[in-house]
Amino acid sequence: MWDFPLFPEQASSNAQKVDALMLFEVGILLFFTILICVLILVFSLRFRRGARVDRSHPPTHGKAMETVWIIVPLLISIVMFVWSTRLFFELYEAPPDAAEISVVGKQWMWYLQHPQGRAETNELHVPLGQAVKLNMTSQDVIHSFFIPAFRIKQDVLPGRYTSLWFRPTKVGVYDLFCAEYCGTNHSIMIGKVHVMEPADYEQWLSAKGVGPSQAEEGEQLFVQHHCAGCHRGSQTVNAPRLEGVYGKPVPIQKGKDVGFVTADDRYIRDSILMPKSEVVAGYEPLMPSYKDQISEPDLLKIIAYIKSIATRETSQ
Amino acid sequence: MSAPAVVVEDPPEDYLQEHTLKSWLLTTDHKRVGILYMISVTVFFFVGGAAATLMRLELMTPQGDVLATPDAYNRLFTMHGVIMIFFFLVPAIPSVLGNFLLPLMIGARDLAFPKINLLSWYVYMVGGVMGIWIMIFGGVDTGWTFYTPFSTMYSNTMVVTAAVAVFITGFSSILTGLNFIVTVHTMRAPGMTWFRLPLFVWSHYATSLIMVLGTPVLAISVILIALERLFGVGIFDPAIGGDPILFQHLFWFYSHPAVYIMVLPGFAVVSEIIPCFARRPIFGYKFIAFASVAIAVFGFLVWGHHMFVSGQSMYAGTIFSILSFLVAIPSAIKVFNWTATLYKGSLRFDTPMLYALGFIGLFTIGGLTGLMLASLAIDVHVHDTYFVVAHFHYIMVGGTVMAYLGGIHFWWPKISGRMYPEIWGKLSALLVFVGFNLTFFPQFLLGYLGMPRRYYEYRPEFQVLNVMSTAGASILAVGYVLPLFYLLLSLRKPANAGPNPWGATGLEWQVESPPSVHNFHEPVVVTCEPYMYSPEEAEREYAHDQRVHNA
Amino acid sequence: MHTTSASTTLDESQPLLLSHFDDLEQQHNASNLGMWFFLATEVMFFSGLIAAYTVYRALSPEAFHLASRHMNRVLGFVNTLVLLSSSLTMAMAVRESQLGNKKRVVWFLVATAVLGVGFLGIKAVEYSIEIHHHLLPGAHFQIPSEDLTEMKEVSSTPEELGLLKGRFQMMFVLYFFLTGVHAFHMIVGIVIVLIMANLMRIGWFSGHGTTQIEVTGLYWHFVDVVWVFLYPLLYLID
Repeated sequence: MWDFPLFPEQASSNAQKVDALMLFEVGILLFFTILICVLILVFSLRFRRGARVDRSHPPTHGKAMETVWIIVPLLISIVMFVWSTRLFFELYEAPPDAAEISVVGKQWMWYLQHPQGRAETNELHVPLGQAVKLNMTSQDVIHSFFIPAFRIKQDVLPGRYTSLWFRPTKVGVYDLFCAEYCGTNHSIMIGKVHVMEPADYEQWLSAKGVGPSQAEEGEQLFVQHHCAGCHRGSQTVNAPRLEGVYGKPVPIQKGKDVGFVTADDRYIRDSILMPKSEVVAGYEPLMPSYKDQISEPDLLKIIAYIKSIATRETSQ
Repeated sequence: MSAPAVVVEDPPEDYLQEHTLKSWLLTTDHKRVGILYMISVTVFFFVGGAAATLMRLELMTPQGDVLATPDAYNRLFTMHGVIMIFFFLVPAIPSVLGNFLLPLMIGARDLAFPKINLLSWYVYMVGGVMGIWIMIFGGVDTGWTFYTPFSTMYSNTMVVTAAVAVFITGFSSILTGLNFIVTVHTMRAPGMTWFRLPLFVWSHYATSLIMVLGTPVLAISVILIALERLFGVGIFDPAIGGDPILFQHLFWFYSHPAVYIMVLPGFAVVSEIIPCFARRPIFGYKFIAFASVAIAVFGFLVWGHHMFVSGQSMYAGTIFSILSFLVAIPSAIKVFNWTATLYKGSLRFDTPMLYALGFIGLFTIGGLTGLMLASLAIDVHVHDTYFVVAHFHYIMVGGTVMAYLGGIHFWWPKISGRMYPEIWGKLSALLVFVGFNLTFFPQFLLGYLGMPRRYYEYRPEFQVLNVMSTAGASILAVGYVLPLFYLLLSLRKPANAGPNPWGATGLEWQVESPPSVHNFHEPVVVTCEPYMYSPEEAEREYAHDQRVHNA
Repeated sequence: MHTTSASTTLDESQPLLLSHFDDLEQQHNASNLGMWFFLATEVMFFSGLIAAYTVYRALSPEAFHLASRHMNRVLGFVNTLVLLSSSLTMAMAVRESQLGNKKRVVWFLVATAVLGVGFLGIKAVEYSIEIHHHLLPGAHFQIPSEDLTEMKEVSSTPEELGLLKGRFQMMFVLYFFLTGVHAFHMIVGIVIVLIMANLMRIGWFSGHGTTQIEVTGLYWHFVDVVWVFLYPLLYLID
């Protein structure tokens, strides 16, 4: 009964950094709490009524003292702020080699798909040491994707993409929780993250036979939804080609001006669901909207496909 | 006033003399309104506490077993939050102690608008009765935060009624705040300059500013929720261009300052108790006074720290983070000043002082863990876990409730005219302190381990800490029930307290206990600073008493 | 020694001093300051709404553009004039109450109320036109055909049209909510003004009722100022 954990496992590169900051702040907390408690105890004993001590001229104010205890907390706060903000910014910059996994939250399950095509529910298998970036969205209410062992969390919103990245550093099985209250079964919207040796991971990926990758599935959908009819090769319809587009700035007609927008997940999603909102300069707004016709997981597959052809034209 | 004609010889009748129900329900006496509030917040406190007890029982085991369904649990924690925040913590100190004491402390005969004061209680009761009604007829399961789109599109409980109840109750706190501000501005006795005001009054002034400026934004956000649910207008529905995050911004714009509505009055109480039982002037009066106002102002600029992982931009997060660190500084000033006030004092440890010292310790932990939450990278990990639950209970319960109980004990002789039994008082303070720490300290560990809040069932490895927490909660419950009994029992004895049992300064102690209907018999003129205590004199008196006692 | 002053104030022109105040000036200041802080609350109430409006306008300018063309600028302008005149008559009522001309106060108050009712009448006409055109959000909401054509030009599927419709409707939601809340404040104001006029007429106030009329005036001017913000925001920005 007494072997219960008091400290969570450290299983990602981020975990150690967050814990270091946490320990620093715990140190500060202990220092000040003990300082205050010791002062209270010492004063309480020394100046208890009836004790024979000097009580003449109790100070009622002290500019120097007040200044010290404004400046010292201020300086400590600034150290904490700079340290924690730097760590926070790192969380926003996924390394370029990150493998991208799609996440869709819905009441009350997690749906995840690997770039190689394998999809899972409430389970996530990742190879050790490989940076992983999660592209996340929700089908209904707000959820929050939380892996305590990695010290990461990000709300998952309907109608929007959010992302999160981590690099697992320890083989094992870790908890995955939904941290934002999402209704009746919020507490069982949980899962497991399996960090595996890369070889095991490869084996796991191919265990169900080599299926189509996520991008390949996306390509099938691309054809199935007649996107290819306009956006591919030598068609007569005037639509922009999508090879080499992902991640690049795209010229957008705004009234008489042309502005630039980066073709990221958000842009592609909006272009599929609300094609009239940001039309590439020089093209007619002909494309129909696919709102309510393509599910969230499928949208992510199509985005994965468009991403996969990002390097195609530049290499030609 | 020197009126030439008929001098009405009202007998020195104390405000409790009249006993009819009508005399209570139609009273405009600020002291009686304070009593009405005291009775009602006590009822709500125990209702909310009962919900907490059931939740803690449920959380003894990882499986859901005490309550039949997860929905029952979800409704319980929602009602616990709604009742404790809107019907207990927000009104507790301002509406009970503030109402009773503020006019007395500044030498006024009543608040500026006595009828509005009574109205605020009725408004509060309408909201409160709706709250109880919701509990009986189905409940609501959105959490006290009412996050969209869950609350607007997916929850099938009484969200609209709850929103209306919160909306109505908001007006009672607006009216109270309005009354306090105007009273402090216009009703101070001659000689009662701003820097002679007791710090209790400064803190309540700052609180009132937040009540008046913050509450209407809460009102508008809950009304938008009701509209969206009733008519499906799509304001927070992402499918037709609405933005669910907008709700979080509006909601926290009130609800973060609301934290200061709850804790600033706690500062108020502690700032009165400590100088009195240390028998010396408070250290750094002006710093404490300005710190209250600074907290009220900065409190409006930090709402976004509830949303670090909600998908707002990282730059917004950065700004809210630094501002949140800054708002901690005035709180630190206060803690240091209270501690310094003990130096060279002549300290007595009666029940109010025990509560106040407990407050300082627990508030320090609550405040410093607040800095951890303001640290972006740590917040990413502990946001929406039990770490946050522990943090705000250290502020709200370890801070506000401790201060409220300390204040009730301190002013009980003034309010009722009776002394409470000291030994029982000390026991209750000890039980509350121990029970509180046992309940909430394990929750810090749970939170860092990763246990998310609002979980009906949890991973088995969290069980031991949860059992500790539940055990602590049972001690805490005893600590809360005790004062209810001995304070009520003390009413059976004749009034024995005398006007000033603590030998305190402050105008409220210059009148008899309980005070007369019009507070003061003579016109009040203030000629000195507050907290003119002398530790050496206290020592001399003590030595004298000892000699008499021994002889 | 404090006494109840009712029995001692014989001078008609002196207002009654409530027992918890020291003197008339204090009583007057308290009432005024109370109203000012109440208005601060109101400002925050409206600013929450206006913030929501601004955010959505920025999120979906094209739909708001189409929708705002249906605002009746002429009636809105007339209403602004009506309301500003009511502010003038209100100010006159305050002035006359300070001078102690009770009869004139009553007349100016009645004039203010009449103008206020006029405003509501015009507003009701506007609403009824809008409801007639099925612009009230809800079951009967219908996009006008010319907008529908325009929306069809910019969108090509029923789905995208639905999205535009949603945002188009949102503008009307905010319009009806903002002006509705304002109209509610007007109704409250008119009732208060009429009550004041009647109390004035029957000589209920001790003194000239200056404080009460001034406080009523503050409220009335505030409600007008809100409209002065709403009118350009809802009708004119395009």
